[in-house]
Amino acid sequence: MARFERRKPTPAEGLEDLIVTSRRHSPDGHTLEGYLRSGGYEAIRLALGRSPADVIAEVKAASLLGRGGAGFPAGVKWGFCPPGVWPRYLVVNGDESEPGTYKDRLLMETDPHQLLEGCLIAAYAVGASQCFLYVRGEMALAQERLATALNEAYAAGFVGRDICGSDFCLDIVLHPGAGAYIVGEETALIESLEGKRGMPRLKPPYFPAAIGLYGLPTIVNNVETLSNLPFIVTHGAEAFAARGAPPSAGTRVFAVSGHVRNPGVFEVPFGVTTFREIIYDDRYAGGMMGEAPLKAFIPGGASAPWFFPEHLDLPLDKAKVDAAGSMLGSGAIVVMDETTDIPRACHNLVRFFARESCGKCTPCREGTTWLEQVLERILAGRGSRSDLDMLADICENISPGLRWPPRMTTICPLGPSAVSPISSALERFRSEFEARIPVRKTLAVKAAALR
Amino acid sequence: MTVVESPAVRLTVDGRAITAAPGQLLIAACEQAGVYIPHFCYHPRMRSVGMCRMCLVEVDTGRGPALQPSCMLPVSEGMVVETASDAAARAQDGVLEFLLLNHPLDCPVCDKGGECPLQDQTMAYGPGESRFTEEKRHFAKPIPISDLILLDRERCILCDRCTRFADEVAGEPLIGFQDRGSHTQVNTFPEAPFDSYFSGNTVQICPVGALTARPYRFKARPWDISETISTYPNAMGDRVSVHASRNQILRLQGVDSEAVNHGWLSDRDRFSFEAVHSPNRLREPMLRDESSGEMQAVSWSSALSLAAAAIREAVDAHGASSVAILGGAGLCAEDQYAWVKLVKGIVGTDNVDARMGDGLWADLLCALPRASVADACHPGGAVLLISGDLREEFGTLYLRLRHALLNDDVALVELTPLETSLSSLASVSLRARPGDTALLTEAMLSPQRGESVAGVPTKALAAVASMLKRRPLTVLLGRTSLAESPAAVERAAILLARKFPQARFLPLLRRGGTVGALDVGMAPGLLPGRVTLASASDWYRSAWGAAPEARGLGTEEVLQAAAAGKIKTLVLLGADPVVDFPYSRLASEGLSAVSTLISVDLFNTASVRRADIVLPAAGFGEREGTHVNVEGRATAVTAQVTPPGVARRDWQIAAELARLLGGDLGISSPRDAWEELARLSPLHSGASWEALRTDLDGVLLQAPPPADGEPLRPEALRLADLEPPEAAVVPFDGYSFRLVADRTVYDGGTVVGNCPSLAAKARPGRLRLNVADYERLGVGGDGAVVVTSSAGSLVATAKPDDRVPPAVAALAQNTAGGDPRLLLSPGDAVCEVRIEAASLT
Repeated sequence: MARFERRKPTPAEGLEDLIVTSRRHSPDGHTLEGYLRSGGYEAIRLALGRSPADVIAEVKAASLLGRGGAGFPAGVKWGFCPPGVWPRYLVVNGDESEPGTYKDRLLMETDPHQLLEGCLIAAYAVGASQCFLYVRGEMALAQERLATALNEAYAAGFVGRDICGSDFCLDIVLHPGAGAYIVGEETALIESLEGKRGMPRLKPPYFPAAIGLYGLPTIVNNVETLSNLPFIVTHGAEAFAARGAPPSAGTRVFAVSGHVRNPGVFEVPFGVTTFREIIYDDRYAGGMMGEAPLKAFIPGGASAPWFFPEHLDLPLDKAKVDAAGSMLGSGAIVVMDETTDIPRACHNLVRFFARESCGKCTPCREGTTWLEQVLERILAGRGSRSDLDMLADICENISPGLRWPPRMTTICPLGPSAVSPISSALERFRSEFEARIPVRKTLAVKAAALR
Repeated sequence: MTVVESPAVRLTVDGRAITAAPGQLLIAACEQAGVYIPHFCYHPRMRSVGMCRMCLVEVDTGRGPALQPSCMLPVSEGMVVETASDAAARAQDGVLEFLLLNHPLDCPVCDKGGECPLQDQTMAYGPGESRFTEEKRHFAKPIPISDLILLDRERCILCDRCTRFADEVAGEPLIGFQDRGSHTQVNTFPEAPFDSYFSGNTVQICPVGALTARPYRFKARPWDISETISTYPNAMGDRVSVHASRNQILRLQGVDSEAVNHGWLSDRDRFSFEAVHSPNRLREPMLRDESSGEMQAVSWSSALSLAAAAIREAVDAHGASSVAILGGAGLCAEDQYAWVKLVKGIVGTDNVDARMGDGLWADLLCALPRASVADACHPGGAVLLISGDLREEFGTLYLRLRHALLNDDVALVELTPLETSLSSLASVSLRARPGDTALLTEAMLSPQRGESVAGVPTKALAAVASMLKRRPLTVLLGRTSLAESPAAVERAAILLARKFPQARFLPLLRRGGTVGALDVGMAPGLLPGRVTLASASDWYRSAWGAAPEARGLGTEEVLQAAAAGKIKTLVLLGADPVVDFPYSRLASEGLSAVSTLISVDLFNTASVRRADIVLPAAGFGEREGTHVNVEGRATAVTAQVTPPGVARRDWQIAAELARLLGGDLGISSPRDAWEELARLSPLHSGASWEALRTDLDGVLLQAPPPADGEPLRPEALRLADLEPPEAAVVPFDGYSFRLVADRTVYDGGTVVGNCPSLAAKARPGRLRLNVADYERLGVGGDGAVVVTSSAGSLVATAKPDDRVPPAVAALAQNTAGGDPRLLLSPGDAVCEVRIEAASLT
């Protein structure tokens, strides 16, 4: 097993360009003291001096796209709360579980106060007085750091009653998840918060902003999305937008993994940096791990259709990646080199989705497991030629037309997510699957031998 | 109230223009228009979940066609729907294939085979053969999840119907999903069986054979079954489909009647068909041998002539008033009418009572403006519950009301002695100490000063008063407990009716057709059609040839008269006063003192064992006729099997007795009886025999306004003529306990006892006490206590129960845990008891 070379950050690196990971390497960035020293909790004071509508307008102007996967503009989402319905809730989606994604964990572990301040700003803007921090159950350190940070913030008067001397009050509750991937889907997360089985809700209503937690208006935002808010409030929408290539404004944090020399989390200007840079540049992933060249990469988490070497020069820009037939999704780039066994990689991904299907919609519940079983059979050398067409056909029954963005026979996109790797792999590497299928030899049997 | 009709929504389905109600789900709108969309998880009486994905159709709302689950999508103007386009058909085929992957193909041994939606839809839409070559998912086959229900998780297609029913409809979320992905399974929680009063409904709505009920397992194949729509003879008159094969009733299924039970049934009723074929049924007439005292089988002719002779001798020697008939609540209206005509028109006595001393004032029930269940569940209304726990005795009414409370903005005010199953949904719960029902009603109707009235805060009373000002009122009126005098409830009802002239009342008398029996005059002083003897005796005398001269005796008075030797011949119609009458000593004395006790019954009950002449009668499933429920709703009862032995239908017995007594009932079929009743009683006139057999909801009995030239009909009972009875208020001394003698659904009753599947559910009742009281009494480990009242004492096992308020002790009637009737004495307003810890050792 090759050991990855951990690269130390060099002081020359443009820390000033970072928005959300600026305290990442600061030894006490996660403490209140460290946070205050680097300008923490100034943004909420500024925000409290402005009207909520003003804050919403600022965030809208900043064109802050949701960083959880769907990339929906946060300011617009906030505007979906029906007027006059109270109370409203803010829910932080910290149930980061997409394979290859670990950026939110880093943000929660190294800069919990930044997230809390983001919650304060968002809650102030939308008029929520209760916030739930839903953190994936397995992230022990993140929970510990957030709990400590919450205690510090309560003690210092940044969370709780009459925040910073204003009449704004917010309670934040830390809620650990119980280990289901699907709870990353916002309506399933709300069900889980309500103490129910984590299963996505029916749509419509399309946004929990109208009917969410306990049937009330609820804003669900991703950890990274909220972590951007202190910067936007302090430096303004223009400064934020200047970091990226609007409408992909600001920076985005990507987690690069797989066959690269320096896997890790990197914050890059949104819409500017290309895949080639983030994979090959020494400031980032530092190129392929070994001799073998790149074979394929997943641009946005396990649900995203794959990209290939010809896509390397695409910028990390939502619109352009969407147009090329995939998505930036959860910001996870998984790199596969030429040594990768594609059917096995494919099976690995499908197995994940089959195990994480919540069991609600028939096509996903039954279909993903079937896909896994067929792939397993092919890997074991017991496949048949018709299996490949059948795989495609099963995929089609989960995601009709196999288009991007996917059409679905299910409520949420988990089922179609399992289809993505198979349709990508079958399209590009069909021969690798065919190679796994044993050739039936026809024996010439003489009629006499049968007598 | 004006109902604003919203304009219909217009949409196109498969090229055809249809209209639908605004907000209607697409799948329902299509079905209404005759376009069937295959589905498994969708159920019209439950919230849509969109789980099975079978109902995907192509919908274009202006943004191009897209696959949408029609069970979740409300119709919208201009919607274009394709239910069988290539894309929709492909999606449906795909879903079916997915569902069948892990579904075992054990249809030949599956009870659902032949009536299985999965089987049917596979035939209609599915692929011809399976492409699935992997090993199917395995689970232990079938596991019992309760005493009644078995679950085969391999067959389960995870449609969420049973789990939704348990949670949403019954409010008992005892089953749920476990694990995830393709390992998802429905199961109970550890150590907690699916012990619901309504579990049988999950078997009925299961779209595959995953849930089966013990009484039907492997009993029949659907294609061998004949079915008829009938009415279960309970207070609600639940519509049922009776499934029989080879002269055996094999199961009952709820029928979705909008007005009545919405397709649901309680387990007690659903599985009670077992009693129909019980070996304990009376099969032939019997006579007590005078010398040996043993019962001996005799022919009908000798039994009937002896019965007729006993009646004739009593009338000749002591006058008609020495004959009495008790019971008949469980019969069809035609049978009831035949008995009433026999007794009131031919024998000439008015000593008839269908109530067993646990009812309410018959004149009052006939005079109160009657509510329907729909009135009680009407959005925006208020319901005042003066009764015991609906869940125990009025299962489907409980489900209907629970649904209305949760979904339709109905506000519930409880005036009950104990916490009930609806308390958590009630707007206000007034915990009425036994004896204080009338007092609290009065307090509710007029502004109160001070902190509290009879232990109830005045704030709560004021909240009720202000709510009743805003919302139309329906009163569910029943006995709060056998230990509280009915006068308290009757007084409360009259006060309410006077204060709120628009209020409507739903009488909750537990025995099946009691309210219907009162409607045909099966009570002293009444004649068919909710009219009194005083106003209608001429009318019926001209029709029948005779009518009673004077008002007769009710059950309690009959038994007292019998004990005093004034009743010579007593006829019991399926009545068991020894067990059911509130004062057991009086019942025993009365039955012992009559010269001839004639019992017409299905089973050899404690009272039947004292009879001199026993006549076996036909029961549910064996007789044809009409059932009238608590609303006064008439629905058809149909016969599916023949009675055991030579048992006869009640109208036949009555007609035969009439002939032997020298009269003629003029009834030679149930239809004759109903048509005569409909001709004579304006109340029944609107329900034709045919209409009852075609309309699932039956006919709500209502007297039409008199037509021109119609002969002057008897005047209906007027509420204004009834004076509220005095309800004695016994001061609360704080030392003794007040007894609540309530009911539990699985009791020691004849029906439950003769159903093998239900009998095991009957548990000995416990003396339920408030937790603090229980601790204060210092009850020993065995819980034994001695309960003493002025009437008697008994030993019971005490149990702490937080549904019981302080200073109240509750004990269910008719269980093996002690008979609370031993503590009651006639005429008492309340029953005060002393409780002491005892040791049974």
